Amino acid sequence: MAGPAELLRDARGGDRRALARLLTAIESDAPGIRELLPELLAAGQGGHLVGITGPPGSGKSTLVNRLVGEWRRRGRRVGVLAIDPSSPFTGGAIMGDRIRMMEHAGDADVFIRSMAARGELGGLAAVTWLAAAALDAAGFDPVLIETVGAGQSEVEIARLAETTVVVEVPEMGDEVQVIKAGLLEVADLIVVNKGDRPGAEPAARQLRAMLSSVGGRLTRTPPPVLVATALSGEGVAAVADAVEAHRQTARGPQRARDRARHQLRRALAHLVTRRAEAHPDWEATLDALAERRLDPLTAAERLTGDW
Amino acid sequence: MTDEHAAPIRVLIAKPGLDGHDRGAKVLARGLRDEGFEVIYTGLRQTPEMIADAAAQEDVDVVGLSILSGAHMTLLPKVATLLHERGMDDVLLAAGGIIPDADIAALKAAGIAEIFGPGTTIGEVARYLREHARRSG
Repeated sequence: MAGPAELLRDARGGDRRALARLLTAIESDAPGIRELLPELLAAGQGGHLVGITGPPGSGKSTLVNRLVGEWRRRGRRVGVLAIDPSSPFTGGAIMGDRIRMMEHAGDADVFIRSMAARGELGGLAAVTWLAAAALDAAGFDPVLIETVGAGQSEVEIARLAETTVVVEVPEMGDEVQVIKAGLLEVADLIVVNKGDRPGAEPAARQLRAMLSSVGGRLTRTPPPVLVATALSGEGVAAVADAVEAHRQTARGPQRARDRARHQLRRALAHLVTRRAEAHPDWEATLDALAERRLDPLTAAERLTGDW
Repeated sequence: MTDEHAAPIRVLIAKPGLDGHDRGAKVLARGLRDEGFEVIYTGLRQTPEMIADAAAQEDVDVVGLSILSGAHMTLLPKVATLLHERGMDDVLLAAGGIIPDADIAALKAAGIAEIFGPGTTIGEVARYLREHARRSG
């Protein structure tokens, strides 16, 4: 079987099967992947990395499907990474995002890949970043990353993206939901989907009002709030326009540095965890922690202290 | 890579053709999830081309086709041919649903590795897939 370097070469040349295999190699951290990273990075073509997140059932996949159609009409080649959770008990997963995107299955200028989270948070973020880099190297732009936005973990993945779109529904809740910390804070663009339902416009107005009144230490301009109906396609072109418009902002030095800091911290946490797990005292430290003879911070220091 | 750290087996479950019943497919998807497989479900009314293209992009180890409509003699061999054309001979192709015994030999000759009829347990399917699927990578 071809090694990762050959797969990257063939994927760049338009071989979809090679790209699919490269993504599998990245996902399973196959031998040779680590060594390939500089080449993978150098092969990047500057594709716009766009995160799409939001609560389950808010219509992310349907919106992604429509956005793919919209960007195809604009002559773009579109990559999609659709991420679903893995079972913490069996490691299994059901990935169903493709159901809403099958109309693009046969389009040679669209590449859709489902990815299971496989447990490791820091690891998933790293893997997602590399998978997006592979799609970028193969000439896809934009590359859309769809995640389930149920909590902090998805904020992590959303932060990988240059532009983060948060999809909400009209029934999202009252004003207090809007001012809670979390997903809405990382949004560069908010889409109130299911715009044909009653309450969509009021929900959008409420979001705009609450997000624009932030003061204090937050200097960000509030994100645009758009209403769309992904099912019918209404408002989707405006969403694509807003994502495009954000591309320049996303690539400003400050934003790029924020993302870099975040990614570096993630990568470090991943590496440190892996190294600590290989420490001869790992099991004993775990026992001590479980029996409450040790606190987690001291335990972590003990496992990393002799580096 | 040791077995316990091996990547999960990836399975695409698809419903080819015009048949609107996917309870069986969903039960199997759920059951295989609980057995530790990564299952990609593509929904109803898929053409063989859509299924083969999705399987290629997803780089799955197994394609499982569920069919109740009676069109299996047309649709299943077509999927086998398309997978072959895409260089995916190492992908295990299996089917389930309502398929008369008399058709099984012909389907196997056409490249369907195994056919699971009514009454098959999730455990039997999982065991078969573990024994026969290539591993990713």
